[in-house]
Amino acid sequence: MIGIFSYIVFFATIASILAIAVLGLNLQWGNTGLFNGGVVAFFGAGAYGTLLLGGSPQPDHIAGFELFYPIALIGGMAIAGILAWVVGILTLKMRHDYLAISTFGVAVAFENLMRNAEWLGGGAKGLRGFERPFRESLGDGFLYNSVFLILVLFCLLATYWFLEYLVSSPFGRLLRAIREDENAARSLGKNPAQIRLTAFVCGSVIMGLAGGLYGTFYAFVSPQDVLPTLTFQIWAMLIVGGAGNNKGAVLGAFLIWAAWTFSGWALSRFAPIEAQLYTGSIQYVLIGLVIVTMLLWRPQGLFPERLVVSQSSLR
Amino acid sequence: MIQHLLDGILVGSILSLGAIGLTMVMHILRFANFSHAELLSIGAYVALVFDQMFKVTMPLMANAIGSLSMTWALVLATIFSIVFTGVSAVLFDWLVFRRIRQKGEELSMVFASFGLALIVRNLIGLIFGLNTKLYSQDIVFATVLSRDPLLVVKLDQLATFSITLVLMVIIHIVLSRTTFGYSLRAVGENPELAQVNGINLERAIMAVWIIGGGLAAMAGVFYGLTNQINPMIGRDLVLPVFAATIVGGIGSIYGALLGGFIVGLASNLALIILPSGYSPSVPFIIILAVLLIRPNGLFGEARA
Repeated sequence: MIGIFSYIVFFATIASILAIAVLGLNLQWGNTGLFNGGVVAFFGAGAYGTLLLGGSPQPDHIAGFELFYPIALIGGMAIAGILAWVVGILTLKMRHDYLAISTFGVAVAFENLMRNAEWLGGGAKGLRGFERPFRESLGDGFLYNSVFLILVLFCLLATYWFLEYLVSSPFGRLLRAIREDENAARSLGKNPAQIRLTAFVCGSVIMGLAGGLYGTFYAFVSPQDVLPTLTFQIWAMLIVGGAGNNKGAVLGAFLIWAAWTFSGWALSRFAPIEAQLYTGSIQYVLIGLVIVTMLLWRPQGLFPERLVVSQSSLR
Repeated sequence: MIQHLLDGILVGSILSLGAIGLTMVMHILRFANFSHAELLSIGAYVALVFDQMFKVTMPLMANAIGSLSMTWALVLATIFSIVFTGVSAVLFDWLVFRRIRQKGEELSMVFASFGLALIVRNLIGLIFGLNTKLYSQDIVFATVLSRDPLLVVKLDQLATFSITLVLMVIIHIVLSRTTFGYSLRAVGENPELAQVNGINLERAIMAVWIIGGGLAAMAGVFYGLTNQINPMIGRDLVLPVFAATIVGGIGSIYGALLGGFIVGLASNLALIILPSGYSPSVPFIIILAVLLIRPNGLFGEARA
């Protein structure tokens, strides 16, 4: 019985962490119309940043500033934000293709850097030497995981409320105005490039938070955690949930993560042994199919964006 | 140093072929097609299938041409592959992109192209296996051009390069001298105005996909010939090909040609200063440099 409970706690923790990243993407894509092809780079920047800042010194790489945990987490988020700012300032004035390609490139380069630069992130072996906060008093078992789940849920709720507030604020209206008609927004004296940059950095900081929590949960991060697969999963979550709707984003995250873990389990359980090598490929085909079919048949997602009255003349 | 230059030019010709099709699609359909590199993959594998088939059914064709590892069977297989890949590019458009285009969502097209790339790449892996394949099992010896400094080149690479140059001249003539070329350029400049002048937009789009797919198939075969074939060709080439289009300026065919060579050269020259493990990052560094120095690329014009 405790086994089932601890699995549910484990599942809910990972799904909630991913839901935070999906919320960050929703701010960029759903509300502002920005394409982020490298979600995993900002997620990874948060994870690596948090573990580097909060970890203990290691002989072979620069890790280990042993900062107080919340400061390390905020530091990880800041690193994700700085990365987003650099990419954004170079690309956001151009047509949207450039952002798509550059963010995709950031993710490739980030994974590549972490795999090769041993002095920075431990290389392919990954980043060790991070001690989970309160480990002495809570241990490593079910109790710790439950407490950590509460922390993650708290972060998820805080992000959700923050974004709901942001979206209904004048700034949120501005984001939607730019998404729908940039020239009209500019004619009202708004600066679309500046506002896009703000939204892009803000969304990436949220992804950095998700990454930081993910790194904390495993107390370990390696280049295997920042593969492009994660980007595709997070997209599928938002597309299924419904771009522009925060509630949909969270539900989509739980739904897709359940489908992903279930399909992985089912394939490893029932697929013949000689096909085991190919279960990964089958899962990728499935996630690709989810993305394409949703875009073709229900692009608004399961939970569409609620249009405000003032937008009713659109579409 | 000179060896790196030589390799860079040879890799560059493959990237150029890939980038021409991509830049045309991005110009006319206005979206970054992340599934374009999968067309190279499809081209390489389709040629492999036909190549094996011809070698079995027509043993005479299995003889190598001169001292190349290329055989007449592979030449014929490449022609089949060009047609097949062009048709599959059109098919992808009909199945996915055209439907989304009609809903008017540019951003959704980019997402869909990623999804499509995932499906194609992994289906290829499922059908052909994840291991690498080669067109010819023979060991290809490189020809030594000079001993000091040591310069070696494979004849296959030279053949690839010359065919690319010939293709580029043909593309140039078609675009600058024929009505068909004019209509393609007109659609790229202004689709509405082109339609007013009696150009069939749907047919122009189809032509772009066929040309892009065909060139991608050739690039894929050349890549397979000078490297090896595996299901990850698309994943490994998508960023260099995009870098080539950005260097050249999105929409510029001549820019894409030159961009391919620049990216090929830069990636190889970078190996002089960077450890080879970093080479996947080089296209991204090139993109950043272009955005800093000349945001619209060498031949691109600003367009929102």
